[in-house]
Amino acid sequence: MYLSTIGRREHAAKGKLSAVGANVFALGAVSLVTDVSSEMVTAILPVYLVLGLHLSPAAYGLVDGLYTGATALLRIVGGYVADRVRRRKAVAGVGYALSAVAKLGLLAAGASAAAIGAVITLDRTGKGLRTAPRDALITLSAPEPLLGLAFGVHRAMDSVGAFAGPLVALAVLAAVGTADPEAFDAVFVVSFCVAAIGVLLLVLFVRDRRTPRSDPKAVSPRAAAALLRGSGVRRLLVAACVLGLATVGDGFVYLLLQHKEDIATGWFPLLAVGTNLSYLLLAAPLGALADRIGRLPVVLGGYGALAVVYLLLAGPASGWLLIAAALALYGAFYAATDGVLMALAGPLLPESLRTTGISLVQTVQALAYFASSVLFGLAWQFWGPELAIGVAAGGAVVAIGVTFAVLSPRKAAA
Amino acid sequence: MKVRILIAVAGVLVLAGAAVAYVGFASARGHDVTATGAVSLSPGPRLLFRSTADADRGHVATVSATDPGGARTVSPLSCSRVYAAGGTGLCLRPDGDLTTYQLVALDARLASTREIPLVGLPNRARVSADGRMLAWTVFVTGDSYNGGMFSTRAGILDTATGDLAGTLEDYAVTLDGKPYQAADLNFWGVTFTADDRHFYATMSSAGHRYLVAGDFAAHTIRTLRENVECPSLSPDGTRVAFKSAVDGDPARGWRLSVLDLAASKVTPLAETRSVDDQPAWLDDHTIGYGVARGPGHADVWSVPADGTGAPRLLIPEAESPSAL
Repeated sequence: MYLSTIGRREHAAKGKLSAVGANVFALGAVSLVTDVSSEMVTAILPVYLVLGLHLSPAAYGLVDGLYTGATALLRIVGGYVADRVRRRKAVAGVGYALSAVAKLGLLAAGASAAAIGAVITLDRTGKGLRTAPRDALITLSAPEPLLGLAFGVHRAMDSVGAFAGPLVALAVLAAVGTADPEAFDAVFVVSFCVAAIGVLLLVLFVRDRRTPRSDPKAVSPRAAAALLRGSGVRRLLVAACVLGLATVGDGFVYLLLQHKEDIATGWFPLLAVGTNLSYLLLAAPLGALADRIGRLPVVLGGYGALAVVYLLLAGPASGWLLIAAALALYGAFYAATDGVLMALAGPLLPESLRTTGISLVQTVQALAYFASSVLFGLAWQFWGPELAIGVAAGGAVVAIGVTFAVLSPRKAAA
Repeated sequence: MKVRILIAVAGVLVLAGAAVAYVGFASARGHDVTATGAVSLSPGPRLLFRSTADADRGHVATVSATDPGGARTVSPLSCSRVYAAGGTGLCLRPDGDLTTYQLVALDARLASTREIPLVGLPNRARVSADGRMLAWTVFVTGDSYNGGMFSTRAGILDTATGDLAGTLEDYAVTLDGKPYQAADLNFWGVTFTADDRHFYATMSSAGHRYLVAGDFAAHTIRTLRENVECPSLSPDGTRVAFKSAVDGDPARGWRLSVLDLAASKVTPLAETRSVDDQPAWLDDHTIGYGVARGPGHADVWSVPADGTGAPRLLIPEAESPSAL
């Protein structure tokens, strides 16, 4: 109560970062530290599996495929449980703790592909559990008019961690000696210690935002199902679905960029770095802009940036300038849509079922994204890459129209 | 608040201290490798391999083909994958940190004759019988169109002309006689014929894996049959050793087999363990292959190429075998 009162008072000083609320910064710090830990492992896992354990790509693909479907349902169940017991921090904490333990699990799994698959599934389960409660806590911790900035700040802090993770991993490998198999163990141990620091910060500094216990029927399977009947939630789900469908997959975007520049193979890992850098720099400013001029125009602008990226890829132009422009715009697309959509979603969901609602939105988006990646792969096969990405650009334009139609304020008032 | 900050500082110090201590402990256990002699790639009754022994892990070494369990000659050269034939060697190794790799072409004295940067994890290496053509495969993780799975890139270098194909993905592909294009085309495990122009390889697309025949000069590839991975052509050019997914499902493991090209007949070998390696012909009748044994360790085994007999341990603590 106390913090939110302060938040509302300081909100008079518009645009001040401090008005976003200490809880958002605490959650951002937890995400930052946790991302250092998880990206450390992500950066070296392929090397470990292939050169250390001699797993083939197909074996790794099987390991990887295990969690994709499994965590979607769990995410919704986790969101519902968090609302039901009104303990969003506790559920998020379990998620963070599971992922931390998984780092030690990698150490214990040895060379067994099955054990590694189980450990990675545990890690993804932790991620699935924590994301929705964390975003719900953000919506409950920042004053509503500053939600865009709050999510922008959180996502920027998150990206800083993603940036630092691989560097920390390389530093550990360099310290131990890359040829030594023990170097990988050292990365896992350090990653666990960093993840444990994240859990510690969560426990000590993140405050749970307990929504008032109202009618006991407010959080029931029936009430959760009723969410879907509310026009606000349905419109959100349509927007999330469109967002997912318009995004054909980062891999395709980078692959097309690389096709344009023949020698770009050596720069492949840097393409994702470029996008992340743009995302990191733009997340907070675009979130603040969304608070000022409206979240819908910023989301639509994000789709516009995406359409331009696809058109650049479809067009005949190439060169380093084009690659830089495409990556900057691609990062801007994520910055303008990812956190801002959550900022849009928060106020439209009843406080008692906010985590459930957010997990629904995120799950729908993830499933749509998966479907669009499969469809784009087929389009590439039958039409060729140029036509496929041209159609995707058209899809992004359609997404602008559909999102405007379902989320425009006139409709919201109805 | 003050108490919480104290707890946080103490907790962070303990955890950070533990991390630093573990790194220090792990680096103190590092080993210095001393070379035991000069390794030659010139043809002779010797087997070349990559050592996985703790004392000289990663180093290129040879043993006598008649006494493979006997004394080994360890070179100062370190590679992630190695192969040699016709007096030419191919070494895939890290280039600086772990994010980039390089291909090193070696002469018979292990001196570098050409270095090519690679992006991706080195996986397969092959040299044509006379030492002219080099072929390799790397795993690339950036192509996440298949949801975090690896994709592969196969490359070929003609050491005589300097012609380089960094990837086979831009070759004209015909699948069952029809032109074919797809985003998820992956190639790996190239093996050359004696004319140094034609080759066999694996192609995967849409969940299927094919044995393909390629033409390096014409830049064409056509599919021959399904479920043949990592082909390796016999010295006499009549058979292809390969690994095939059991019942077409990689989740059930891989079975080493030999395909008679003229008779189109497949013979499963006596090795019943799952072997995930490109087989190497040690002579016209024997297949050598690496079997992983826990993190960082592997052994080279051999099995008769006609489906008879039984696998036997050839070189302990070794992988990436080739017969010189």
